[in-house]
Amino acid sequence: MTRKQRRAGFIALGLGIIGIAIGLVLYAMRDNIVFFYSPTEVVEKGIGPGTRFRLGGLVEKGSVEHTGAATIKFVVTDLMKSVTVSYTGIVPDLFREGQGVVAEGAIGPDGIFVADSVLAKHDEKYMPPEVAKALKKSGRWEEGQMNQDEGKGTAQ
Amino acid sequence: MIVELGHFALVLALAVALLQMVVPMIGAQRRDPALMAVAAPAAVAQFVLIGIAFAALMHAFLTSDFSVALVMKNSHTAKPLIYKIAGVWGNHEGSMVLWVLILSLYGALVALFGGNLPDGLRARVLSVQALIGVAFLGFILFTSNPFIRLDPAPIEGNGLNPILQDPALAFHPPFLYAGYVGLSMAFSFAIAALIEGRVDASWARWVRPWTLAAWVPLTVGIAMGSWWAYYTLGWGGFWFWDPVENASLMPWLVATALLHSAIVAEKRGVLKSWTILLAIFAFSLSLVGTFLVRSGVLTSVHAFAVDPSRGIAILCILVFFIGGALTLYGWRAPVLKAEGLFAPLSREGALVMNNLLLAAAAAAVFIGTLYPLFLDAIGGPKITVGAPFFNMTFVPLMIPLFCLVPIGPLLKWKRSDLVAASERLMGAGVAVIIVIIAVLAFHSRGPWLAALGMGLATWLIAGAFFEVAWRIGLFSGNIRESFRRALRLPRASWGMALAHGGLGIAVAGIVGTTAWRQELVTALKVGDSAELAGYTLTLEKVGMRNGPNYEALVGVIRVTREGREVAVMLPEKRSFPVERQEKTEAAIRTTGFSDLYIVIGDENGQGGWTLRAYYNNLAPWIWAGGMIMAAGGIVSLTDRRYRIGAPNRARSRLAAQPAE
Repeated sequence: MTRKQRRAGFIALGLGIIGIAIGLVLYAMRDNIVFFYSPTEVVEKGIGPGTRFRLGGLVEKGSVEHTGAATIKFVVTDLMKSVTVSYTGIVPDLFREGQGVVAEGAIGPDGIFVADSVLAKHDEKYMPPEVAKALKKSGRWEEGQMNQDEGKGTAQ
Repeated sequence: MIVELGHFALVLALAVALLQMVVPMIGAQRRDPALMAVAAPAAVAQFVLIGIAFAALMHAFLTSDFSVALVMKNSHTAKPLIYKIAGVWGNHEGSMVLWVLILSLYGALVALFGGNLPDGLRARVLSVQALIGVAFLGFILFTSNPFIRLDPAPIEGNGLNPILQDPALAFHPPFLYAGYVGLSMAFSFAIAALIEGRVDASWARWVRPWTLAAWVPLTVGIAMGSWWAYYTLGWGGFWFWDPVENASLMPWLVATALLHSAIVAEKRGVLKSWTILLAIFAFSLSLVGTFLVRSGVLTSVHAFAVDPSRGIAILCILVFFIGGALTLYGWRAPVLKAEGLFAPLSREGALVMNNLLLAAAAAAVFIGTLYPLFLDAIGGPKITVGAPFFNMTFVPLMIPLFCLVPIGPLLKWKRSDLVAASERLMGAGVAVIIVIIAVLAFHSRGPWLAALGMGLATWLIAGAFFEVAWRIGLFSGNIRESFRRALRLPRASWGMALAHGGLGIAVAGIVGTTAWRQELVTALKVGDSAELAGYTLTLEKVGMRNGPNYEALVGVIRVTREGREVAVMLPEKRSFPVERQEKTEAAIRTTGFSDLYIVIGDENGQGGWTLRAYYNNLAPWIWAGGMIMAAGGIVSLTDRRYRIGAPNRARSRLAAQPAE
């Protein structure tokens, strides 16, 4: 092999691996991206059962109830619209009524959002950016803030 | 008073860094030894000054001086001593001071131990290092000053986020930063080489130990972070493909590629400009990581709220360094010419493959981590890229890499043949087949992919073993001769075998945990039992316990197997009254081969307690493997060749010249 052929070989190899990597990325992008919606968007976009997405908002006060041995049900709201969520398992330490939460899962046939993971942030004063944005979008940011302050008060 | 002294020391450090940035660079361009000689004492002085500032901050935390705003926000008198210390870097401002402290430490180490470097190169390296220091010291003093006072001083502080009150997390940031920031050394060397327009074997030989010195703590830091997430987040997982985790993984992947490409640049004089590019990217990704974690742009389990104006400042620093470095690279890299030739089937060829695959994997992680941010920035929909994306992109790139790892070191430089290498790996191949058959027999219904995964792990571990065995002639029959050869084998070879073997152990842990984990979510009343993986878990009672600065709900769970008691496990749910937060403490019982993992939740309103339990096969191997990899790095770092006998460049300059 001449020097040129060798170099061409290495370039082809490099391009080949980059090509495979791009292919993998594009293929994975198609199916494995999860959208984030606020309750208002869920209602407006008419998202039906079976579509996986992340739902973010505030846990409505007084909405948390135990429905099964290890299953809870609560309402996620952006103060405009709300969605009922059911989750089996242990909620994160910072899951609290009146505070921000992000749940991932899909709407079931009965219209209840069945979450397989629930995230709450590890900072009491912190609201997930998506939730803050959704609240700002719905023009209820100030209320959300107040809600949080109240939440702090009651936590004590 | 001490606080003001610290503030003043930090301002002085900025002045010294400015001096260190400008004077030695001019000296190097003019070949003026007097000006170049400023670099080393300035680097040491900068380190001492930042050290004073850091000590002053530490003093404020230890004495709970709440007249300092930062201490008030992040500390409390009732906090245990270790977390008062960790509180210094458990917040934005303090962690940035730690960042520059480590940066200046590396600069001082080059000043003190870089005596074998040519004056010009050392002056330029320290000048570039000072440039980074100036940017970050400026950032601290103008946007994140940790020494701001409060008047009047409150009598009590707000406390530290309980999630950070954990021994592993207390020391996770210093390790991670030592790694992140350590990559600045490779960056400074790369920029200095581009300014000089020369990269030779000795350059590559100097860069390797510095990269290794950053890679080791980065590996430890990532392993610690993963371990912390495992036992503290209560999900029983070891890696969440969380953006903050990815931020540490990307520089690690590129640094690993850099370690390997520097070998080729040192031994064979090829891949020079690629090595420079990797050095630039490794540190650039560290800066990206700092930006992601510190700017608050991320949604993450680890992200803490910070002021967005700081994010913009870090973004400006980021653009300046990455853009500047790549521009310089585009302008100067064509000057660097390759010297050697090699066949595709050679050690160089294998290392090129290693680099391509690692770089492609880093790119895939980069896209997955930043695409959602990019989409959001241009006003697109909010999306999340989670574990499935990374499993589909990262894993397929790692499999061929892992197949290649044991083969590469057995190939010869320049040109090689597979026959000789495959003869030496016969033993490893047999081990792989035995393990695959054993796994299939043992887990007859188990996923067959898991059997292949365990086979791959065996390939790595046995490959590392047989490579060393071949080098010392272990199977030649003469034990004494083998022992003598083992003593003579360079430390770098031992280090490599340890690192590759450790990788295999980590892979085995990852495959084992992913394939055979068993999960149980249930609610138990006191006295009730549940079954998991052959264990019977009985909730004996639930009580309260007082900790130093928290109150804990403790579940007492008796674990039995076939009627015999195995353990009593005590998962806790701690409430921190000062911070008004709760924190889950999982109870983990490990046998070294598997973990039993129990988390207790709330009372479910019907007298039952929510419990989540996992049986994680081989989980401890993940972190053990990571630690062995880091140990391999340390062993390699002690190689004689890095300490003495470093080539004298002044003499080799003439020899290197005609090749350019």
